[in-house]
Amino acid sequence: MTESFISIRHLYKIFGRDPEGAMNRVRKGMEKDELLELTGHVLGLSDINLEMEQNKVQVVMGLSGSGKSTLIRLLNRLIEPTSGEVLIDGADVLAMDAKELRELRRHKMSMVFQRFGLFPHRTIIENTGYGLEIQGINQVEIKKRATRWIERVGLSGYENYYPAQLSGGMQQRVGLARALTTDAEILLMDEAFSALDPLIRTEMQDILLDLQEELKKTIVFITHDLDEALRIGDNIAILRDGEIIQTDNPQNILMKPVDTYVADFMKDINRARVLRVHTLMKPLDTYANGPNMLSSTTLEQALQVFAEQSTSQTIIVNGNGEKIGKLTLDDLIFGMKRPTIEEIKEDLGSTSFSDSIDTATSSIN
Amino acid sequence: MSFFDDFPSLSRRDLMELRRTIDNGFRDFSREYGEALENFFNPLLQFLIWLEKLMITAPWPIIILVIALFAWMGSRSKVIVIGSALCFLAIGYLGMWKDTMSTLAIISAATLICIGIGIPIGILMSRSDRIQGIITPILDVMQTIPSFVYLIPVVMLLGIGKVPGLLAVCIYALPPIVRLTNLGIRLVDREVLEAADAFGANTLQRLFGVQMPLALPNIFAGVNQTIMMALSMVVIASMIGVKGLGIPVLQAVSNQYLALGLMNGLAIVALAIIFDRVTQRLGKRLQKHQGLDH
Repeated sequence: MTESFISIRHLYKIFGRDPEGAMNRVRKGMEKDELLELTGHVLGLSDINLEMEQNKVQVVMGLSGSGKSTLIRLLNRLIEPTSGEVLIDGADVLAMDAKELRELRRHKMSMVFQRFGLFPHRTIIENTGYGLEIQGINQVEIKKRATRWIERVGLSGYENYYPAQLSGGMQQRVGLARALTTDAEILLMDEAFSALDPLIRTEMQDILLDLQEELKKTIVFITHDLDEALRIGDNIAILRDGEIIQTDNPQNILMKPVDTYVADFMKDINRARVLRVHTLMKPLDTYANGPNMLSSTTLEQALQVFAEQSTSQTIIVNGNGEKIGKLTLDDLIFGMKRPTIEEIKEDLGSTSFSDSIDTATSSIN
Repeated sequence: MSFFDDFPSLSRRDLMELRRTIDNGFRDFSREYGEALENFFNPLLQFLIWLEKLMITAPWPIIILVIALFAWMGSRSKVIVIGSALCFLAIGYLGMWKDTMSTLAIISAATLICIGIGIPIGILMSRSDRIQGIITPILDVMQTIPSFVYLIPVVMLLGIGKVPGLLAVCIYALPPIVRLTNLGIRLVDREVLEAADAFGANTLQRLFGVQMPLALPNIFAGVNQTIMMALSMVVIASMIGVKGLGIPVLQAVSNQYLALGLMNGLAIVALAIIFDRVTQRLGKRLQKHQGLDH
């Protein structure tokens, strides 16, 4: 694995009057519920460990109240962590003084907000250039760079409008353009598309994926929408009640959910559209034959090929055309099946989840 | 049962003693520091005299032009500009020009002072709940205490004249601008502030680039209220020697001159309406970015 670009180590966030005191209790092993009951402190995030690779999209997924919006704000210290370590490109964020922190926010990381966070009194171009203005760059340069990004997100002609004159989707394009204009390497996106209509949301995801292909930013993307997570994430961390319960790539999360909670999430997902044939392929053997198929093909597309070519086997090839495996129709059908509780248990090799399984069984089987 | 019949109060003698101590204490204080305070306020007095003289000696067409210009800059409305000019012409025609200029001078000075002091205090209040907790009750007192009550110490300290009058007006007119500045800044959307922070804005960039501009409509409502309250103090201020429209009103009250009282009272109303409309329009224009939905 490549060197991680952002590392979060043993990160805690406790809300309340005396977080330090509460932290000591947590260190001694006090649980979340007990802490709330005894001291009135909320353990917002507990022992978060996450390594993020450079130029990749790290999704943090969780339901409301799971602490995901808190987590992303700990990265640029919009919220102060209670304990732990955040390293960005080797620099310890928590050790920074106010000035260093401002420099980090100005040049290294920018942010996109759920409700856009645009400045209502500034025009689109003034909003887009805000980050540069804060850095003290001259107006001519700001205008040049802001115009370029407004154009890039498809809002040319709206430069002198105010945010209130634009639709939600257009406003978030401004939010995105504003974040990109500072040329920060890291993009923090806090439920950036959650407030948008489904159609617009898909459109924005396309814009983001399109931009990412070219820009190769390191993106931390918060969402409560698994479809979105699977679509844009190179890696997904699932957050529940302030703890990360699984971190893996989308394929593995679908194939090997770590417990019934995660499995429950997956049940409405169209697996054929997310899973790719390389996840299901078997090693090549001498009997392998059939048409070649790219390893990144989705099961849905693969099914189409099987049907059109009326074959029962394909050879999987990678981007360089090398044969790397085979896929039979049976494998493909098997891959469509959701893992059962028994299989999840087997993978885990433990029975510690027995109590939660009862509740989840009905919804999964 | 006499305990329940008579309220357990201080005896007459003790009460008198208490009042006398306070009175004497304050009298000593004013003897000691009165002159120093007067010297302190002397520049203000000179400014007031200069402003009043300027407005009275300037040719009246120029004054009306300047007022029309201000009205236009504030409101961008022909109706308001023409209305203001007509009001001033009528005031002059009915022989109240000089008094109106005096009133205008002290109101302008009071408003400027209130803005200069009130907005920084409002900003300070918005930055800390503790400061807000300390200042709010003081503002409550300033707004509700009968003006005659604070006229006593003001007059004891500074005597009768323009400066104590101005001070009395300011005490009454300051609270709205402080309150509304504080409120306006506190009402700025949290996510917008977060955005400013996330892009590395420092405290001043945040204050002047985001908080103040977004609070401006509220701050302007405060300026408007401050002007209105200052105008409503004109008659009371005239009791302690401030020249202007209040003096004829006082005369009218004591001599039962109905027409005199009415005319000067209406002149104050006319000033109030002009100021109100102009500042309100200005406030609305400052938030042109809002309510512009497609």
